[in-house]
Amino acid sequence: MNGIAAGCDLLAVGLTRPADVLTAMEEGLGCPALGGVVGEIWGAPAALDFTATRRLAMRAEAAGRPCWLIRRGAVPDASAARLRWRISTLPSNRNADDPGAPGDPVWRAELFRSRLGPPGDWLVRHDRTANRLEFRDAGPVAALLRAGAS
Amino acid sequence: MTQATRIASLYLPTFAIERWAAERLRMGDPVAEEIPTALALDAAHGPVIHDLNRAARLAGVRRGAQVVDMRAICAALTTHPAQPGGDAAALSRLMLWARRWGPHSVVDGADGLLIDTTGVAHLFGGEAGMLADMQAGFARAGLTVRVALAPTPGAAWGLARFGGERAIATCAQDLHPLPVAALRLSRDTLVLLRRLGLRRIGDLAAIPRLPLMRRFARAAPWDNPLIRLDQATGGLAEPLNAPDPPPAYLAEARLAEPVMDPAPHLPALISDLAGQMADQGTGCRRLCLSVFRVDGDCRGVRVATAAPTRDPDHLLRLFQGRLEGLDPGFGFDLIRLSAEATEPLAQAQVSLAGGVDEGLHLSQLVDRLTARFGAGCVTRPAPRESHVPERAVHPGDPMVPPQMPAPNPDRPIRLFHPPEEVRVIYAVPDGPPAQFIWRRQTISTARQTGPERIAPEWWHDSPGTRLRDYYRIEDHAGRRLWIYREGLGGDGRGPPPRWFVHGVFD
Repeated sequence: MNGIAAGCDLLAVGLTRPADVLTAMEEGLGCPALGGVVGEIWGAPAALDFTATRRLAMRAEAAGRPCWLIRRGAVPDASAARLRWRISTLPSNRNADDPGAPGDPVWRAELFRSRLGPPGDWLVRHDRTANRLEFRDAGPVAALLRAGAS
Repeated sequence: MTQATRIASLYLPTFAIERWAAERLRMGDPVAEEIPTALALDAAHGPVIHDLNRAARLAGVRRGAQVVDMRAICAALTTHPAQPGGDAAALSRLMLWARRWGPHSVVDGADGLLIDTTGVAHLFGGEAGMLADMQAGFARAGLTVRVALAPTPGAAWGLARFGGERAIATCAQDLHPLPVAALRLSRDTLVLLRRLGLRRIGDLAAIPRLPLMRRFARAAPWDNPLIRLDQATGGLAEPLNAPDPPPAYLAEARLAEPVMDPAPHLPALISDLAGQMADQGTGCRRLCLSVFRVDGDCRGVRVATAAPTRDPDHLLRLFQGRLEGLDPGFGFDLIRLSAEATEPLAQAQVSLAGGVDEGLHLSQLVDRLTARFGAGCVTRPAPRESHVPERAVHPGDPMVPPQMPAPNPDRPIRLFHPPEEVRVIYAVPDGPPAQFIWRRQTISTARQTGPERIAPEWWHDSPGTRLRDYYRIEDHAGRRLWIYREGLGGDGRGPPPRWFVHGVFD
């Protein structure tokens, strides 16, 4: 809940079965009182197939309301999502006050499939003092990382 | 802590005549109190006196006597027909009204009520104050009542009828001075006990049980002095079986043939119920669909709503997927839909643009999710004043918008519940973590900051709870974890401290 900005609030639905999560997300997308729907599913359960993601995407488009599906511990498989991101962590920036402490956190956000625009690759830094995200094109860094990996 | 049961017995000795007099007064035809008046009930040998007013009693009229005999004593006696059915209905309404003094109340015979007032008396300033409040409340309604308080229904019954004014009994010895008639026995048994020389409850309690048991072996349980004595002293349990108040709104479908599926009848029932509620300006919070099976059993499905509603489409959707769990047996021939809890709900004005209020949509969403996934799964996380991280958020009511604080960058986005224990290499006694294995991955600290010490909350925690030193750590791949050490080495609160991963920052 710490990631929620002041003034926003959320309705939490605690569920254990992936099929229930998808049903609850579809119900939420049909409700005009909600600003958006975030669901989280761990791994790659059988209920989360291409049809399920397509249903979610079409419902979200019909309702005109954003819908995010967070997947942890999963590999990218067939999905009808309009935008697909892959987020990975990177070592954080240098902390100006204490060199031994972690500074502003940095992630690598890779938009590897997009129906709405060209895919891209960014370095995202969370400015902790201003509480905002700063995107920087990660083209050269990504090439470096790829070179380091191979 | 379980409290000792306290049962209040209310005895309305002249309920029938007082109700009749109040009714006459309401009809604009009051009866003067000086005229000897009695209510008569038809019996095998002509009418008998059912109830009588004070003037008649002073003139020598007795209850249960033949009306013609009493006319001989008191020539001015006027009689009117009694209405036992009306009296019983009024008494059961009075029973529900009397729940202001306790959650469970039952009708006790034709002229009494029993209320379970366990743990209630302090609200009325003690037990004596509560009994006085009861008498005052009934006096405002124009009814004479004798009240008594005792640990069992039997003792309270006897005290109310044969004890002193507003008697209070706390133990079995308080009953000993009462006559044996206070044990709810039949006239024949009372005569028999008088012939045996047992006049008071104390006499009965003092003699050995075995001869008494033999003597009354053939008596019915409700007429056996020993069983009645045990019920009065608490040796035999006698629970109050308090009936539910009848639902205010009810729709029924009586079927000619037993059916297995209530779904086709549901829309008509719901629209009937919604129409009734719209007439009265109320909405339901809880609905119960009961089916009465042909084999004499009754099954039900309950749905609840977050806000009062009478929207038929919404109510119908709440029952979706719930009717499969209903066991129809060999079929059922009566379906009843009742609104168990209702609240006032005014007509909502639809806006000119045709839209409806957002709160309505939200409450309908909460209802659908709750009906589908069970109560308690839909929450609205709300902050709470606490330094202990897992207590700083609590699952709140989904319909109450919370005041969200500004996000704190030193707190992780995701907290583990419960925290995951890890074995950590660290500089004893209070160094930062150097390396540990978490979820089968070896993590060595590249950068860390801390400790942030969070002390236990002594007003919540048990005395042995240890303090926590939190570190924000980051490894070479950029994984950012929140990890804490529980306790300090040598703080005298148990074994060497343990380490836990409490959250991740991304």
